[in-house]
Amino acid sequence: MDVIQTKGNEPVSEELALVRAAKGGDISAFEELVKRYDRNVFRIAQHITQNREDAEDVVQDAFLKAYGNLNQFQEQSKFYTWLVRIAVNEALMKLRRRRPERTVSLDEDVKTEEDSIPREVADWSPNPEQQYNQAELKEILSKTINGLPPSFRTVFVLRDVEGLSTEETADALNLSIPAVKSRLLRARLQLRERLTKYFKKRENGDGRK
Amino acid sequence: MNCSDFLKELTDYLDGVIDADTKAELDEHLAWCHNCYVVCNTTKMTIEIYRGSELYELPDDLRSRLRSAILQKCAEQKKPATAQPQAPKKTGA
Repeated sequence: MDVIQTKGNEPVSEELALVRAAKGGDISAFEELVKRYDRNVFRIAQHITQNREDAEDVVQDAFLKAYGNLNQFQEQSKFYTWLVRIAVNEALMKLRRRRPERTVSLDEDVKTEEDSIPREVADWSPNPEQQYNQAELKEILSKTINGLPPSFRTVFVLRDVEGLSTEETADALNLSIPAVKSRLLRARLQLRERLTKYFKKRENGDGRK
Repeated sequence: MNCSDFLKELTDYLDGVIDADTKAELDEHLAWCHNCYVVCNTTKMTIEIYRGSELYELPDDLRSRLRSAILQKCAEQKKPATAQPQAPKKTGA
C-alpha cells in the first residue's frame, strides 16, 4: 500500500531573508509572508473555532502578533511553525470565549480505549467522494471533523491537512511527539469510523442512501 | 502480530516512517487480515479526502480585505516592537 506523502517544504533561506527584512521594519517583506501563509492560518483557525468571524479575527490577530514579536522569533524553527503556534493559541482563546462552560485545552486527552478500536469495518466505494455533490461532501466532512475533541482536531489538521511533520506539530502545539502520534492515530480512526456511515459500499452498488 | 499490534503501528505505517522489518510484518498481516486491510485502506482514504477537500478556503475578496487591515496595522506599529532602541537602564543613582 502506498504511503501518504507530506507536502513539500519551502526553502528556508529565502524565507529567513524575508523574516529578517520584516524584523527591520520592511512591511513589503512581511506582506510576502502574509501572502504565503494567510490561507493556511485561515483554514487552521476555522477548523479550531468552527466559526467564520472568529477565524477572520484569528488571521488578523495572529499576523499582528507575529509582526509585533518578530524579534522573539529565534530562527531555529521555521517561521511557519512559529506562526502556527501563535495562530493556534489565538484560535483556542476564541473557542474558550465562545464556550466558557467547557474547558478547552490542547492537554485534553480523552482517555478511552474503545475510540481506537474500529467497530465499522465495511469497505468504502472506490471513489466515495463522488457519491455526493460538492456542497453535500463539504457538509459531511465539516460535520464529521467538528465532532472530534479540539485537541484531536487540531493535531489532525496540522498533520494531515496542512502537512506539518510530527516534529513540527509537536513544536507548534507544545506537545510531546508520542502525544502527537497518539492523538493523530485516534483522530484518524475516529474520522474513518464516522465517515464509513456515508462512504461504505451499498449492497445494490449505489453509494447513495 | 495481531490486529491490536497492527493498529498501534498504523500511523507510522501510513506515514512511511517505519523500519523495514516492522513494515514487512505489517504487510504480512495485511495480506491475510481483511478487517485490518479495510481499516488501513479507508483510513488512508480519510486522510486523502480531507487533504483534497478545500474545506474553509479563503475567498479572494476576504483575503485582500484581511491583508490590507493587517498591513495597515503593522504600518501603524512601525517596526516590530523589540527592534526599537532599548531605553538606557537605570543606574539606580
